[in-house]
Amino acid sequence: MTDLIKLTAADTAAAIKAGQVSAVEVTQAHLDRIDAVDNKVNAFLHVDTEGALAAARAVDAKRAAGTELGPLAGVPLALKDVFTTKGVPTTCGSKILEGWIPPYDATLTTRLKDADVVILGKTNMDEFAMGSSTENSAYGPTGNPWDLSRIPGGSGGGSAAALAAFEAPLAIGTDTGGSIRQPGAVTGTVGVKPTYGSVSRYGLVAFSSSLDQGGPCARTVLDAALLHEAIAGHDPLDSTSINAPVPAVVEAAKMRDIRGMRIGVVKEFAGEGYQAGVMQRFNESVELLRELGAEVVEVSCPSFTLALPAYYLIAPSEASSNLARFDAMRYGLRVGDDGSRSAEEVTALTREAGFGAEVKRRIILGTYALSSGYYDAYYGSAQKVRTLISRDFDAAFAGVDVLVSPTTPTTAFPIGERADDPMAMYLADLCTIPSNLAGNAAMSLPCGLAPEDNLPVGLQIIAPAMADDRLYRVGGAVEAALDDKWGHPLLEEAPAL
Amino acid sequence: MPGITREEVAHLARLSRLELQAEELDHLAEQLDVIIGAVARVSEVAGQDVPPTSHPLPLTNVMRADEVRPSLSPEQALSGAPAAEEQRFRVPQILGED
Repeated sequence: MTDLIKLTAADTAAAIKAGQVSAVEVTQAHLDRIDAVDNKVNAFLHVDTEGALAAARAVDAKRAAGTELGPLAGVPLALKDVFTTKGVPTTCGSKILEGWIPPYDATLTTRLKDADVVILGKTNMDEFAMGSSTENSAYGPTGNPWDLSRIPGGSGGGSAAALAAFEAPLAIGTDTGGSIRQPGAVTGTVGVKPTYGSVSRYGLVAFSSSLDQGGPCARTVLDAALLHEAIAGHDPLDSTSINAPVPAVVEAAKMRDIRGMRIGVVKEFAGEGYQAGVMQRFNESVELLRELGAEVVEVSCPSFTLALPAYYLIAPSEASSNLARFDAMRYGLRVGDDGSRSAEEVTALTREAGFGAEVKRRIILGTYALSSGYYDAYYGSAQKVRTLISRDFDAAFAGVDVLVSPTTPTTAFPIGERADDPMAMYLADLCTIPSNLAGNAAMSLPCGLAPEDNLPVGLQIIAPAMADDRLYRVGGAVEAALDDKWGHPLLEEAPAL
Repeated sequence: MPGITREEVAHLARLSRLELQAEELDHLAEQLDVIIGAVARVSEVAGQDVPPTSHPLPLTNVMRADEVRPSLSPEQALSGAPAAEEQRFRVPQILGED
């Protein structure tokens, strides 16, 4: 078989199952690709060559022994460095955790291994998942495979870039304010934030506990659905895990029929700050939804305009508390322990040396928002806005099955362009944040290239909590129609690396 | 809403256990002032009648039976520590001399 790296995850698993190719050959092809291009892309922080090949050999042995293989057995995957991996370094893109080797696996890691998925290594990310560009990694930025001088989105830029550069057919991200969907949009790949609580957070290094959600990244909607089913489900180790059946997302991805569905266009996600080419592709997508038989209506969610400010009070507040664990005592870096300084001084010196600028900015902001005298005005008010946003969603979903919007207001911007302007950077997550605050499900999938810069544009689909299957039903139908129209998947138009 | 001053950032840094450099204090004070200005409008819309939402799920305490079960070994638990001694985390001095 040729071009193993271009196959979808579903086709790869089928070929392995049928004995047309071995899992070791597939894994080696991806390791070779990483060797060839990752010095340019910088998608990986750690490549676990031996572990990946051992996992692949185990799959081949199972097949040889006649064991029934799962739907993703032998398929390589790139794992965001925010999930713990036993015996494999986990840094969260930070200096403070440099060299840390966790003694346990995250539940998500365990589920991937149980599904016989081959974990290639850990991907680059904004430090502790704080950022919209993967420029805040302590290990240097990741490049967007469409144009290496541009950002691949953040914070899961490494995972999205690994897909777009054909270094892996599957990847895992986490989405606190859009960190799966926004990188998906700007790299021309598919990213899904499942319903909050439907994928375990045990072993996911916490940034903002009431918002963080792990989820699938892939090149096709069906591949994302297969990965979604492999990782979702109740986990007794996570007290926020939902104990309910996982919606039938794979079945939904295969339906490709949205006749009779009601789809709402969010009025507030348009206007100033939205790139013309992004809006053009989005409007064409809305037209396509109509052609496919859906009923499209305009929906107003007035509180969504307050989502960004509410998020930038809530997320840093939770982060300032979660990151208190990095105190130089039990794991990670320790600086200034020369016998003359107290534990408190060593903690402060270590955190100063070990955290990057964005993390410090958010810790200080969160500490401010939670401080006595400001708590009601900032954190308390932001929590009320969260209620208003949930009410807007409830009202909208009373009349429509899903909502749609552009995923991001612009295409990928040049590396460095917004580095010293936090408010400009934060705008990249404008359309994705409301779903994190309310905890519902959302997907981004490619809907074309913006005419002015030939860079990918993402279509966001938003569904109510625990109705993740609706994302896949709509996404699968849109993807099939667009692939037919273009004659090939969008990623085939990406320049060769 | 009051603006955020350099002294206030220094105080917050002490509370957060961050030994910030002088130039970082200047830079952060300027940036945080802009950010706080931009996010402050949340306080203008939410009235007394709106209950706060702290979490997307209704949370309840989860209890488990108090029984012995396998966990990390002391070696595994200490494996990431910057310093360990006699199966314990070794930390810098916590109490003063006097």
